[in-house]
Amino acid sequence: MAAQSVHAEVAHDDHPWGWRRWVYSTNHKDIGTMYLIFAMVGGVVGGLLSMAIRAELMRPGLQIFSNPDTYNVITAAHGLIMIFFTVMPAMIGGFGNWIVPLMIGAPDMAFPRMNNISFWLLPASFALLVTSMFMPGGPGSTGVGAGWTIYAPLSTSGTPGPAMDFAILSLHLAGASSILGAINFITTIFNMRAPGMTLHKMPLFVWSILVTAFLLLLALPVLAGALTMLLTDRNFGTSFFDSAHGGDPLLWQHLFWFFGHPEVYIMIVPGFGMVSQIISTFSKKPIFGYLGMAYAMVAIGVIGFVVWAHHMYAAGISVNTQAYFVFATMVIAVPTGIKIFSWIATMWGGSLTFRVPMLWALGFIFLFTIGGVTGVVLANAGVDRSFTDTYYVVAHFHYVLSLAAVFTIFGGWYYWFPKITGYMYSESLGKLHFWLMFIGANIAFFPMHFLGLAGMPRRIADYPDAFSGWNFIASIGSYISFAGLLVFLLGVAHAFARKVHAPANPWGAGATTLEWTLPSPPPFHSYETLPRIK
Amino acid sequence: MAILNRMLMYVSGAAMLATASPALAGEGQPSPWQMTFQNAATPIMEQITSFHRFVNIIIVCIALFVLGLMIYVMVRFNEKRNPQPSRTTHNTVLEIAWTVIPVLILVSIAIPSFRLLFAQYDFPKADLTVTATASQWYWTYDYPDYGITFASIIVQDADLKPGQPRLLTVDHELVVPVNKNVIVQVKAVDVIHDWAVPSFGIKIDAVPGRLQRTWFRAERTGMFYGQCSELCGRNHAFMPIAVHVVSDEEFADWLAKHKSSASLDDATAEK
Repeated sequence: MAAQSVHAEVAHDDHPWGWRRWVYSTNHKDIGTMYLIFAMVGGVVGGLLSMAIRAELMRPGLQIFSNPDTYNVITAAHGLIMIFFTVMPAMIGGFGNWIVPLMIGAPDMAFPRMNNISFWLLPASFALLVTSMFMPGGPGSTGVGAGWTIYAPLSTSGTPGPAMDFAILSLHLAGASSILGAINFITTIFNMRAPGMTLHKMPLFVWSILVTAFLLLLALPVLAGALTMLLTDRNFGTSFFDSAHGGDPLLWQHLFWFFGHPEVYIMIVPGFGMVSQIISTFSKKPIFGYLGMAYAMVAIGVIGFVVWAHHMYAAGISVNTQAYFVFATMVIAVPTGIKIFSWIATMWGGSLTFRVPMLWALGFIFLFTIGGVTGVVLANAGVDRSFTDTYYVVAHFHYVLSLAAVFTIFGGWYYWFPKITGYMYSESLGKLHFWLMFIGANIAFFPMHFLGLAGMPRRIADYPDAFSGWNFIASIGSYISFAGLLVFLLGVAHAFARKVHAPANPWGAGATTLEWTLPSPPPFHSYETLPRIK
Repeated sequence: MAILNRMLMYVSGAAMLATASPALAGEGQPSPWQMTFQNAATPIMEQITSFHRFVNIIIVCIALFVLGLMIYVMVRFNEKRNPQPSRTTHNTVLEIAWTVIPVLILVSIAIPSFRLLFAQYDFPKADLTVTATASQWYWTYDYPDYGITFASIIVQDADLKPGQPRLLTVDHELVVPVNKNVIVQVKAVDVIHDWAVPSFGIKIDAVPGRLQRTWFRAERTGMFYGQCSELCGRNHAFMPIAVHVVSDEEFADWLAKHKSSASLDDATAEK
């Protein structure tokens, strides 16, 4: 009833309807919803591409792609779409936009119009990337077959066609979108917290978005600079990355990974925040070691900027450089360990309920641990000599991204779905979704450790026959997890069809953050009067 | 005897590998259902293998420890068994412990790790220097001290002889003597490629405009295969690396044969 009256009160507020509500939107919740829908579209496209990859690799020989370069195009597009058009929009644009203002008691984001443009740059960027897949790329092929890392000179002289220019411009737009979003989040979090909410009282999800926003703000301009150099190398006769004219291909790798390594933390840190909220809620306990958790994220963010060349151990950098990056990379394991143990300590002594969001959070902790410990292995340049550019690396980063990061997104989805839509999801469909993804993704990615140990290189469309056994298993696993994705979509449709209204707080005493004090869904302008935090 | 067995295995090739027991480590090439590194053929790869075994034990223990804690909290602290949650949010001793213990574990990993890393870059005096030049999509090998140069190109599936592994076999392998320090200089003419042989524990990018180098000392004769390990375009999957490690006598014969065919002048000058 309270929800009804609040709705009635705000109904006379000026806000547009129909298509104007979305295209002209300056409302953080509407923009957040658009980001979430966009991420779902991106995730389905990226997921279909991964199905094409696994179908090709299910058996030795070329079955699907008669031109192996098309396979390279698909893997590159899969990576870029999953990173820029699925994980980032879901975590930062989607949940960040929706939940951060609610959690800090702000009526909206600091720069609502900038929020609009940072979303609408993304569909343009996505359109450019999809277009690039059909433009002339490498000799005799269409699309960008240079991987998501687009190493020069494969991305310059190796891909003469305009597909690469389209991809570069696509990444430029996605980068600009993220930078604008980052500025918005930093300003909002620093200036618009409700009275009494000091930085040290902010929910950990807000902390995670703050850290992520700083990573975006510092990393993406470096990518933009590098992409511009790539663009001028390709089109205007410069030679930043061309060794024949005084440039160096390794300059690209240094610049790319100076962006690229913080980028992987950009994709996981908001997940840390979401998992912290979920674990605390369903343990009915405040988070254990709150300050340690917040500053562990800050530490991971800071150290994340000084470890980039651990992606380049085989590139020919000197042994002393490698030794430094081994040391710096291993340091990251310490704050990461603090987070893992603090989550477990939060549950210790708690009163756990295993609702769907909690399942994803628990799954996340275990899978992130596996991805984390293989990261410790890979940090060692000596043994990375054997692993770099093999499937061991593919297994490692899919454990931390495709499993851990995506699990936090689904955890956040089920956690905030009642708040965002006002409807309850189906518990049993949510559980089926979880188990299909958990089992499928483990079957898909765990055998890749073995393939990597045995020496199977990444990014190959066909492989020596000895690798066929584990590849077959991996493909079966990926089909199972794709079935999980279909169950997810079914669950969403089911919830909207069933229309079971969600209370303001469906989770009970454990859910203590401000968004649960508002009706579900919250009114258009959230807070009519600013909440006060004691 | 062991070497003879391995040679036998190589000769019988894929047919035998297909029936080999699961999780068999490959000799010079991967084997079906393999779950470990390929057999080490150089001292460096032996060091990598033992370091990995050491770290792997640590990480498996950590993962099982975390899993055990999770199962314990899920069983012990679920709503039914523990309806009243505690309010504990700090435990200084515990927090110091889970910071300091990981640091100690990392130090114990770092010491052998640095030893391995510096061993890999401890270049011995060369007994033989070869140059591997990458182009899209094959390798060219040079023996600068002997004036031998040849291209090494993948053998198409239709032309494979029985026992030759698909996608790994080349028309002309790099031939090197056993128990000798071989320095490999690696170059590229077009895009970045990577010269890698898993059983030797080496992997080095071939970067246009740079002369990179690595080294190995193969301790067994036989064929050792690798694949280009940096995405290099359309036929990245189809530019294998094959190293044929032979005895000193066989190597001398091979040199004599190829020197004479490579350059008539050199051959007559030597006589």
